[in-house]
Amino acid sequence: MRRLARPAGVIGATLTLALICVGLLAPFLAPTDPRAIDGPSLSPPTATHPMGTDALGRDVLSGVIYGARTSLITVSGVGLLVFLIGITVGIVSGYRGGWLDDVLMRGTEALQVLPRFFLALVVVAYFGPGTDRLVIVLGLTSWPLLARVIRSQTLSLRRRDFIEAARTQGASDYRIVVHELWPNLLPTVFTLMGLLTAQVLLIEASLGFLGLSDPDAVSLGYLASEGQRFLRVAWWLAAFPGLAILVAVLGLNLLADSVGDATLRA
Amino acid sequence: MSWGYLLRRLAQLVPTSALILLVGFALIHLAPGDPVLALAGEHGDAEYYAFMRAKFGLDQPLHEQLFTFVANLAHGDLGTSYVQGRPASQIILERLPATLLLTATALTIASILGLGFGIFTATRRRAWQDTTATTVLLATYAAPVFLIGQALILLFALGAGWFPVQGMTSAVTPSNGFSHAVDVAHHLVLPALVLAAPEVAVIGRLTRVGLLQELGSDHVRTARAKGSPPPMVVGKHALRGAVMPVVTVIGNRVAHLASGAVVVEVVFGWPGMGRLLVDALRDQDSPIILGIFLLVSLTVMTANLITDLIYVWLDPRVLFS
Repeated sequence: MRRLARPAGVIGATLTLALICVGLLAPFLAPTDPRAIDGPSLSPPTATHPMGTDALGRDVLSGVIYGARTSLITVSGVGLLVFLIGITVGIVSGYRGGWLDDVLMRGTEALQVLPRFFLALVVVAYFGPGTDRLVIVLGLTSWPLLARVIRSQTLSLRRRDFIEAARTQGASDYRIVVHELWPNLLPTVFTLMGLLTAQVLLIEASLGFLGLSDPDAVSLGYLASEGQRFLRVAWWLAAFPGLAILVAVLGLNLLADSVGDATLRA
Repeated sequence: MSWGYLLRRLAQLVPTSALILLVGFALIHLAPGDPVLALAGEHGDAEYYAFMRAKFGLDQPLHEQLFTFVANLAHGDLGTSYVQGRPASQIILERLPATLLLTATALTIASILGLGFGIFTATRRRAWQDTTATTVLLATYAAPVFLIGQALILLFALGAGWFPVQGMTSAVTPSNGFSHAVDVAHHLVLPALVLAAPEVAVIGRLTRVGLLQELGSDHVRTARAKGSPPPMVVGKHALRGAVMPVVTVIGNRVAHLASGAVVVEVVFGWPGMGRLLVDALRDQDSPIILGIFLLVSLTVMTANLITDLIYVWLDPRVLFS
């Protein structure tokens, strides 16, 4: 935890925690239903509507809060898939080696080349927009970087003395991986998960901006694209959703960086 | 460069391109809905459906269809656009130059600004300028492209009125030759800057880290001790080593640039491939969607290959590590 004690780490942790809390508590935090008509149309930020209202008089703050919830759901789902696949492939590949490593790494490299954003666009085009398919397509394609870094770390750790010592004592592979390898991989995993989820957040925002988000959920990117039409008269419509994405991505990046820096320095 | 490495790297293209083609093919066939209904309408009789199925080869076994799909692609045949009734490849190629102009300009801007930022911050380490510039770069990297785009439109197009809000040319003044080029360049400034912004952040950060490392190294200390003037130390001795990772990261950012271009083209109404894709998504124009997906995927693959080769050419040691 001392690693996070530098300013960048503190800011990163705070912002990420804020994203999680806002996402989880959206129904309690939002002043109104984000779809409810709740005031005058195109009102600039006031005390009752701190982020203003849109053309239909809907509260922008409520939209941003529910948008953050959608982002959090997407990012968590993708993160979970990336974590499970990336860690498994990386450790198996690095620890087992041999032909299995070759096969897994060729597949990983091939997958890494697929442009995720465009793949997501195509999937949404053919299967219709929806958070579930977005999570699946981004989750199944975002793990190669994690797997490759975990593999190379596992490779170098495997030859270290403490692993050899555990092996001579007769520890099982499972025990070595879980008790000796895993704690040493943790900082890297944490850093990469932060960076990867930040990327996913931006991809989700871009898809929303192009009008390809789940029609049943409020998306920050979609809110920003609606704001584009009123840029001349109502800057707040586009600005606040966009800034919310910036803050969330910045938080994840800072948090990941500070852990990464500390690991590299140690 | 060793021929063995080149051959091995070229051999890697086989599974990768196979995966790209398979994904494209699989998506069409996994998608809900019968393509015949899209081609023939929903009110045809069974005989007509059978006729259409035979005409488009949909009655063939799946592996035969895959073979035809790949063979057609090899001839550059992506099929006919449902909406425009013309070959999809022709429509995509018409839009390609605008996107290439946008991305190439953005990449040039990003390289110049990124290197500038990197040198500026590395030579003022821990000064307030370093902290400020580094923070700005962090925020730029975290900002969604549309936010930067909308901010620049608000400030410099709607606000100051220096640049046009949208489009690639002015409709009012019929222009030719030189004045046309100036007009396009005028429209290009804002979208290119926006597309460049995250790349400036990436290149700037990498240059800074690389330069700081180089500035602490023995050969730079020697150059300093000899009495080389500081600009010479940075420009000649340190920068050469620091630029290497930058060169390779540019190649690896092609996918990111392409996806950024889609959003930037929508924000600025730039008539490129990205806008075409978004329109095709709305119209469910499958040949165009698939064509752009394949084109971008293969471009990314080629860019990665070239990047790797440049990397090995610049620093042959990587082959042995």
